[in-house]
Amino acid sequence: MAFVKGLKCRECGREYPGEPLNVCDFCFGPLEVIYDYVTISEVVTHQRIADGPISIWRYQDLLPASADDPVDIMAGYTPLLKARNLGKKLGLNNLYIKNDSVNPSFSFKDRVVSVAATKAVEFGYETLACASTGNLACSVAAHAARAGIDAVVFIPADLERGKVIGAAVYNPTLVAVEGTYDEVNRLCSEVSDNYPWAFVNINMRPYYAEGSKTLGYEVAEQLGWRVPDHVVVPSASGAMFTKIWKGFNELACLGLLDGVDPQPFGADQNTVHHPAVTTRMHMAQAAGCCPIVTAWENQQNQIRPVRPDSIAKSLAIGNPADGIYSLRVIRESGGSGYAVPESQVVEGIKLLAETEGIFTETAGGVTVSTLKYLAETGAIGADELAVAYITGNGLKTQEAVEEVVNPLHIKPMMGSFEEALENRMAARV
Amino acid sequence: MAKQRVRFTFSAEMVREPIIYRLGHDFDVVTNIRRADVRSDVGWVILELEGSDEEIQRGLDWVGDTGVRVDPIAGDVIEG
Repeated sequence: MAFVKGLKCRECGREYPGEPLNVCDFCFGPLEVIYDYVTISEVVTHQRIADGPISIWRYQDLLPASADDPVDIMAGYTPLLKARNLGKKLGLNNLYIKNDSVNPSFSFKDRVVSVAATKAVEFGYETLACASTGNLACSVAAHAARAGIDAVVFIPADLERGKVIGAAVYNPTLVAVEGTYDEVNRLCSEVSDNYPWAFVNINMRPYYAEGSKTLGYEVAEQLGWRVPDHVVVPSASGAMFTKIWKGFNELACLGLLDGVDPQPFGADQNTVHHPAVTTRMHMAQAAGCCPIVTAWENQQNQIRPVRPDSIAKSLAIGNPADGIYSLRVIRESGGSGYAVPESQVVEGIKLLAETEGIFTETAGGVTVSTLKYLAETGAIGADELAVAYITGNGLKTQEAVEEVVNPLHIKPMMGSFEEALENRMAARV
Repeated sequence: MAKQRVRFTFSAEMVREPIIYRLGHDFDVVTNIRRADVRSDVGWVILELEGSDEEIQRGLDWVGDTGVRVDPIAGDVIEG
């Protein structure tokens, strides 16, 4: 069972029942899930988590949907890899990669969509929907297929075919909208108001976003129930960034981190900060769409929306819903933000692939280039424990790294092979 | 009558302009501000508009043409 007390407005604090709502009726502020942590603290233990499934649902007590019959394609519990080669290159002796590119639909979106889909079925919805340019579309279509309900996925009409296929294969209703980014955005908001569908990141958003907390839980569990000194997180809406922080602090407040005394959550569950959580939260954005990092750099308290122009399409949210809240997390944690020059995004992809054998999408390139910047500037110390989150698979953005394809062209003869090999080796020297 | 919830973002150049007054005055739209943060160099206002679909759309097109950014209140809903 889920230990949800209801929803609460992050701005005015008004409370609502746990229904499919995402906005406060009074001030139009965003709603967040609130939990009965007293009961949770009586139930949840390391052993109970360890006995759970090898998926995000092992943390069922801390998720807002019932795990009795989750819509689960086995999202989560992805590898946490000690990155010795990349660490050596960057001068970091304690570097880990959280490789979330190996989720069932190849991105971290499976975590949030699994929770949203489970909640949607719980509410009685028969259609799961979203507007997406890639990863979210794949995950929504996959989870709807698993749940045996309909999926409606809105995409921009000019979306690359390769990205559409990853969602289309699950047989959703694909709606290709002709128009600008803003027009597609506005239409989807209107559709969500007028159709009885579960839009995962609109009317399901309070529940959906909570799925990202599992990225915090898993890293802590995989490190032996401790939190890192630093994390580097790619950010679009900013929701995942805030939820990883929340996940660490929930574990601490519940006494689930080793050697850490529990503490009450206080009046505002969503901003609780346990002093034992000393993780510095570093945000990675691409220079072509970095409204949150820009606000951090300029010490502003407002996020100025931008028109995205970045090759990191999965991070291209110009008006981030959780921008202001993620900005607060950067400040509270003593972290930072970095806007990766567009030219360095592909360099980050290649660096991770060549050192650790992990092929990530452009968002991962942004993360690795940010990590490199933080190491070079000394923001992460050589022996500090750092975790970089890789949230999507490189097979989805192959066009970004087409330049790497440079085979030796030979005739089917040993002489031809040896000549080509010799030339290549000479060129490398 | 339809209702629409929107967020206006004002740049430094636009922050002193009486955009919301003119929206209510020049179009058959009722404006209802719910939350705002307006400073000398930037500002945003979250409000509800009530009117016919056509008139709300006409009014929002005009607001957009002035250079004020118009967004859904939940932020961008298209995700990667």
